[in-house]
Amino acid sequence: MTVVLEAKQLNKSFGSVVAARDISVVVNRSERLGLIGTNGAGKTTFVNIVTGYIKPDTGNVCLEGRDITGHTPRSITRAGVCRSFQVPQLFLTLTTAQSLAVAFGIADGRAFSPEASIDAEMERKVEDMLERFRLTGYRNRVVAELPGGVRKLIDIAIAVTRTPKVLLLDEPTSGVAVEEKFALMDIVMSALGSDVTVLFVEHDMDIVSRYAQRVLAFYDGKIIADDLPETVFANQTVRTHITGTAN
Amino acid sequence: MRSRFMVLVLAGVTLAILVALGEVLPSWSIFLLVTAAAKGLAALGLVLVVRSGLLSFGQGLFYCAGGYGAGLLMLWGGITDMTLLVLAGGVVALLFGLLTAPLLASYRGIFFATLTLALSMLMHGALTKADFLGGSDGLNLHSPTLFGMRPASAAEAVYMLYLFSSVLVVVVAVACRLHFDSLRGLLSLATRDNEIRVEYLGASVSRVISENFIAAAFLGGVGGALNAIAVGHIDPELAFWTTSGEFVFVAILSGYLSVGAVFASSILLELIRSFSSQYFPNAWQMSLGIFMLASILFLPNGIGGLIVRRKERDSEKDPA
Repeated sequence: MTVVLEAKQLNKSFGSVVAARDISVVVNRSERLGLIGTNGAGKTTFVNIVTGYIKPDTGNVCLEGRDITGHTPRSITRAGVCRSFQVPQLFLTLTTAQSLAVAFGIADGRAFSPEASIDAEMERKVEDMLERFRLTGYRNRVVAELPGGVRKLIDIAIAVTRTPKVLLLDEPTSGVAVEEKFALMDIVMSALGSDVTVLFVEHDMDIVSRYAQRVLAFYDGKIIADDLPETVFANQTVRTHITGTAN
Repeated sequence: MRSRFMVLVLAGVTLAILVALGEVLPSWSIFLLVTAAAKGLAALGLVLVVRSGLLSFGQGLFYCAGGYGAGLLMLWGGITDMTLLVLAGGVVALLFGLLTAPLLASYRGIFFATLTLALSMLMHGALTKADFLGGSDGLNLHSPTLFGMRPASAAEAVYMLYLFSSVLVVVVAVACRLHFDSLRGLLSLATRDNEIRVEYLGASVSRVISENFIAAAFLGGVGGALNAIAVGHIDPELAFWTTSGEFVFVAILSGYLSVGAVFASSILLELIRSFSSQYFPNAWQMSLGIFMLASILFLPNGIGGLIVRRKERDSEKDPA
């Protein structure tokens, strides 16, 4: 297995609150990792450190062996680590197609070219992405008018326009109706294909069981379990502190 | 989004109409249109900044820099050709933009607006004290020429300037329309909507803002140079906050979606100013204020928003 992402002994405190304690993770190419834990356990802090939103107090993050610790979100994104957000970060006044066109334009470097327009090739790429994420029906709709689940899909779709090496999804199903969660994740996972390495933060254990190949369980800023989903869910500490299924 | 061909056709028709109007309109209104064109160019620059989510209260800095750049080139360099003077005004303002953009690109909201205002007022203060530049009285300029042609009369001079302004406005409007419809134009709107997402897609928000600000500086300078040539005078009032306020007024009235709306708003401002100062000389600022209040209340997206909404409604009725 090829290691694509490695976090080594990450520590982060906000005043007296310790958000990350000695977090070390090795992620292999094409893996699907579910990150679980209660609120404040350190999942989003981990995602934010990896994507450059916050800098760790100590420790390193390496992407394919290259140290990216403390780099800006922009340079980490360019290096191939992309993300979606718990609250979708979108271009609310643009249409879905325009949002994707901007994202593709940034990814291929044409967005800063003064004469670059949305040409036939760009249209084709946008259409392809709309189809992959089942967004074709929302093509010309302004994003601000769209429902929450569709916004989640757009947030993820624009994150993958760069073809990431590692994709981090922060609570992709939060705010989505229970009956739509699996449908949304089915769309996302089939759109991503099997090559992209995916780490997703999730509270719904059924979603984690179905879509994760490996689970990292966070508690009090630490990783208390890192194994196959069934092994992690059987772990007594996880059952006590996270899933609440301990006897 | 219009095709490039349609934009060019529309530009050609507009230019033809402007030229025809020049033949029939009275001299005072032609001068008013030239002044509106100068201010519209500067306001269009401001709209570029607005499209990236910021509002500058210091566009007068570049308007003034362009005016002085063109004026001093005429007085000290002996250049009278309006094409060269306008270009020089734009370049001088662009240099000011290059100097100030790195400082301003990291500020947002009221801090950005106040800093731009402060820079503009610094320019105003410095020019007021600079006696070799005419101090607070400013400097009078010579009559301009166009490609070696010197107008025989005052009326001919105004008409020549009007034709030049018309071509200049149409060229700049086409360039801006194409920019608005380009990927780069969409990137500005994306930045306005969500800077975090733009950074997390791998683009530099600072670069977007700096480039727009520098382009705005150039357009401000072009407008300032055109105004200097038209009025035949430059003074520090060009950088005063009330001048910048006029550009803000035009930008709010026009909105950030339509290029044509910027020039329409600029003409409207000049008309309000002209008629108000004639009929209520002591209260023209008040009428301007009332008009601004009404436009904010009833046209929150400006005249441009009205035009775009109407087009959207039409396309919904006729999807083909």
